Amino acid sequence: MCLGFFLSLSYFQLTIMPSFIISRLLSTLTVILGVITLIFLLIHLVPGDPVQAMLGETATPTDLEALRQALGLNQPLFTQWWQYMTHLLQGDLGTSLYSQEPIIDIMIERFPATLELAIAGLLVAVLIALPLGSIAALRKDTIYDNSAMVFSLLGVSIPNFWLGPLLILLFSLTLGWFPVSGRENFLSLILPALTLGTALSAILARMIRSTLLEVLNEDYIRTARAKGLRESAIVIHHALRNASLPIITILGLQLGTLLGGAVITEIIFAWPGIGQLTIESIQRRDYPLVQACILLISVSYVLINTLTDVLYAWLDPRVRYSV
Amino acid sequence: MFKYQILIPSSILIVWLILAILGPWFPLEPNHIILPNILQPPSLSEWLGYDDLGRPVLDRLMMGARTSFFVAFGVITVSLTVGTLIGTISGWFGGYIDLIIVRIMDVFLAFPGILLAIALSGILGPGIENVVFALSVVGWVGFARITRAQTLSLKHREHVLAARALGASIPRILRYHVMPLLIAPLLIEATFGIAGIVIAEAGLSFLGLGVQPPAASWGSMIRDGTGYMLVAPHIVLAPGLTLLLVVLSVNMLGDKLRDRLDVKSQ
Repeated sequence: MCLGFFLSLSYFQLTIMPSFIISRLLSTLTVILGVITLIFLLIHLVPGDPVQAMLGETATPTDLEALRQALGLNQPLFTQWWQYMTHLLQGDLGTSLYSQEPIIDIMIERFPATLELAIAGLLVAVLIALPLGSIAALRKDTIYDNSAMVFSLLGVSIPNFWLGPLLILLFSLTLGWFPVSGRENFLSLILPALTLGTALSAILARMIRSTLLEVLNEDYIRTARAKGLRESAIVIHHALRNASLPIITILGLQLGTLLGGAVITEIIFAWPGIGQLTIESIQRRDYPLVQACILLISVSYVLINTLTDVLYAWLDPRVRYSV
Repeated sequence: MFKYQILIPSSILIVWLILAILGPWFPLEPNHIILPNILQPPSLSEWLGYDDLGRPVLDRLMMGARTSFFVAFGVITVSLTVGTLIGTISGWFGGYIDLIIVRIMDVFLAFPGILLAIALSGILGPGIENVVFALSVVGWVGFARITRAQTLSLKHREHVLAARALGASIPRILRYHVMPLLIAPLLIEATFGIAGIVIAEAGLSFLGLGVQPPAASWGSMIRDGTGYMLVAPHIVLAPGLTLLLVVLSVNMLGDKLRDRLDVKSQ
């Protein structure tokens, strides 16, 4: 059975694909190394004495010295960097200055909420964009197309920190359909997901429209029409299927962006994720926790992008040739 | 129809520009607190009503125009200059320089959206200079990437080779034979960049990381108003709608510009 599996793999899947993956992983590793270094340097950007800034004006010199010792800030920069890296590799992100808990525990507690929100936002975006973009492409230059494109322009221009409060005003405060904030049940996910997903749905709808328009001109669509297939079958099985590759890529890249965009959405809806934690720890001057939050979001972003690249190359052999 | 698609957004942006530059000469009182007028809805005498502290919303809106305008143009100027310079060097010289610069750009691109700007302004503290700095740190990469890609392909064009054969110096080639062809794509990137920066500045101010009170920003006005949405929705509606109009206008003009200059979307 194992042999049969290998025989069924193509030449490319066996030879070019692993080397493609390895080269992508290597460049991902260097990027992550750079990201960690940049985030490590952030704390040295704090104007004046970071330790003083963290503890406030009332701190005694003993306290200041103790914290400086604990953070290793009295050592040479390179030694500090080396320690930061080795601790990271051991899964040690330090302790929060505010709650004194290990940061890794806080992250594990908070990350699922952010991931849930990002995936829900992605889902909302697809559910809006797929019908909108398809109708716009199939009914090009009609009122449907124009309205879809107006929606798309509005969607990319509307700031989510305004859309969120508007949705709350309409659906929570006036109609009372959804809770104003928090993360209790499925209903409390709807408005944050809408807020987060709208901008992406606008970008995606445009993208689906232009990809579909290109695909609809292909010979195989004409063949399908000549065979007398129903229009719905042509669109779903022939056009959308071929248009799906670039769409999947955009989705993968945007899932990472949604993780970043979640910061503002989480603040609006008091969603207990990493984004809210980032802003809370900035306000509390809990810089080790700020570093860890930024690190977690950006490393997830990089990893999702790499995964998308590899997935794309696996689905479309043409990409592998060009590496 | 086509005419209005240019006329209306241009007029909105011109109003924005006038408010930003001539704002201090208008008889505005954005920080004048009138206690009996707290949360008062729009009326004939005060078009947009008063906010939660009894300050006129219209006056604060006009001051906010100034904030967003100066942040947008500050950031665009800095990131355009730095990005173009780095991108040209990277694309023209190639080799190890290019390799290192591309790796550095990859690191900056590894932060989704305005996350890096949030971290930077959070750590540097609030203030308009810090906002400009933080957004420029994020913004230069886009320009550098475009400039690098364009320079790479322009380097081997016949007219550049001809200039080299004639013995023109590198700065001269870059200035007279490469730069003019970079202007169109950079102009389009800058236009969409302005839309992004206006939203980002308001976003940072919404998070409390932007300009410091009592200075006005559309983002902080939205944040301050969210607590009073049910009793005084105008405090949130006015700055949000203004923000939407400005960003929409910039995006519409950007679309038209892209069609006109016929540059393939990056």
